Amino acid sequence: MHIPDGYLSPLTCATMYAASAPWWWAALRRTRRKLPGRRGPQLALFAAFSFVIMMFNLPLPGGTTGHAVGMGIAAIVLGPWASLLAISFALTIQALFFGDGGITTLGANCFNMAIVGSFAAWGIYSLLSHGAAPESRRRVVAAALAGYGAINLSALLAAVEFGIQPMLFHDASGAPLYAPYPLRIAIPAMMLGHLTIAGIAEAVMCAGLFNYLRRNEPALLNIPSPPVIAPRATSGMWVTLAVALLLTPLGILAGGAAWGEWAAKDFSTVASRAQIASVSGATQLPASAPAGLARLSTLWTAPMPDYAPHRVIKSAAFGYLLSAMFGVGLILSATWIAQRLWLFANQRRTE
Amino acid sequence: MSRSFIAKTLRDFTEVLERTLVSEDSAHGQGLLQSLDPRVKLLGLMALVVATSLSRKIVVLGVLFGLGIVLAVASRLSLISLAKSVWLVAFGFTFMIAAPAVLLVPGRVLYKLPLGSLAITAQGLHSALLLIVRVETATTLSALLVLTTPWMQLLKALRALGAPVELVALLAMTHRYIMLLMETANAMFESRQSRMVGRLNGREQRRLMVNTGSVLLSKTMNMGDQVFQAMQSRGFRGEVKLLTDFRLRTQDYVAIPGFAAAFVAVILAGK
Repeated sequence: MHIPDGYLSPLTCATMYAASAPWWWAALRRTRRKLPGRRGPQLALFAAFSFVIMMFNLPLPGGTTGHAVGMGIAAIVLGPWASLLAISFALTIQALFFGDGGITTLGANCFNMAIVGSFAAWGIYSLLSHGAAPESRRRVVAAALAGYGAINLSALLAAVEFGIQPMLFHDASGAPLYAPYPLRIAIPAMMLGHLTIAGIAEAVMCAGLFNYLRRNEPALLNIPSPPVIAPRATSGMWVTLAVALLLTPLGILAGGAAWGEWAAKDFSTVASRAQIASVSGATQLPASAPAGLARLSTLWTAPMPDYAPHRVIKSAAFGYLLSAMFGVGLILSATWIAQRLWLFANQRRTE
Repeated sequence: MSRSFIAKTLRDFTEVLERTLVSEDSAHGQGLLQSLDPRVKLLGLMALVVATSLSRKIVVLGVLFGLGIVLAVASRLSLISLAKSVWLVAFGFTFMIAAPAVLLVPGRVLYKLPLGSLAITAQGLHSALLLIVRVETATTLSALLVLTTPWMQLLKALRALGAPVELVALLAMTHRYIMLLMETANAMFESRQSRMVGRLNGREQRRLMVNTGSVLLSKTMNMGDQVFQAMQSRGFRGEVKLLTDFRLRTQDYVAIPGFAAAFVAVILAGK
């Protein structure tokens, strides 16, 4: 997953550096006030640990071995911001000193593994271990899934970066100038190894390290007591949600369908065909809707097509508003039911 | 098989430690690149790596690769060890990725394989060659930087070029402790291997690796506290100061236009 120099175009490399820069800046700003204390050596040592753990050959079922990156355990122990820096340091030293991963592609590697990896691991762990007691086994499972999810998300990003190269950068004869495989090859090729070998290695190592810390160094994990959310703490969220709901009719301002969200009927009218062609680099469209699209588009009919049941609602703006309210209501209801079920299951277990 | 995963890990540690020693040794040598100011070298070689990415012609990249070899010879680097540790590794990795492109990239058919509908295309061949030559060239130029610049000077050059002081200090600490932790892990595995009798099944092997990693993590965290206490006892009050006493010399004033000319030439010729 360490992308070497030469695989990505300079434009992609520059974009990935630009995408990573604000995160590095924010992480340095957040950790800077703690650096004079214990945090500085801890961060450097964790970066060194991440480097060393990447060299552990972990035996996996099937007779093969895999390597962990350490992003999962770093995010759980240090938090996402410090983990982002620690993994970035490890990747920088690997690229600058050991030639593992490129220098021009360092921005992309850090974005994939250090930034997205750390936040994904921290998010998955926080979500799945929320409210669990420090000794709960759920925390170990959450740590395993955090490592597994994070490394696979990072791999997916790397695959997308590889896969867009031939589409965007090729010479006049069509020969790719950088990574040669399109998304349909790059994604399966990259994900196969990560969903199986690398993902399992990261999950096993992350869960194992977490379990060890939980038993022997629980203070390092800083596991909080189940949080109690004060009613006023969520008031800002409700106001933001209400404003977002009221703004949903803004969607009407955008003309035509979103790119790639065309319906089969959009291929039959002159106006919509012209709109599709104009946003697709004047690509020649097929004479009629592709057979697969036409066949599959009838499989499911949404209860509120195009954000409004046309026979009932005449105003598009009102339709948008109603759809937004309906969607939010559905999500809130589903969350409430899941929470009730969760609490009920926990209650049963403690009894 | 039961011990091979430990042996493989130990071999990896040894390789990294060996490479570190070799690069530290060559970085203190008396060659062309070693005599340059680290700032000039860092900017110059990085500019050439960027030019490598921008160039679209195999011939231009080949010339740049040749320039890399000339610089390596002028810097008294062993071409054999460069071939073993850089060129062969980069070629092996890139060839595996690039080779299928010869058949998978659509385009003008050069040769139709007797079996199935597969064919070697001109575009696929060009794309695979371009990738291999580009990766080899970029890797060589990056390796030249590492093999001719002591790590501490490289960090000081980064600082002199505007990298935040905290970043440089933490990178220096990280590098220092990578070596220490690697030695610790090496000792742990060696002692474990010397006590191991018989074969371990897969589950036991995984447990061994995870346990070793866990103890290493525990040692790491405790070491963090000890390092902080050691820093405090030596008067550390939260401010990091680095000495950046670089001065440009005659050879640097020659190297700056040299790197600039090579950069511009590669960009223009490689369009």
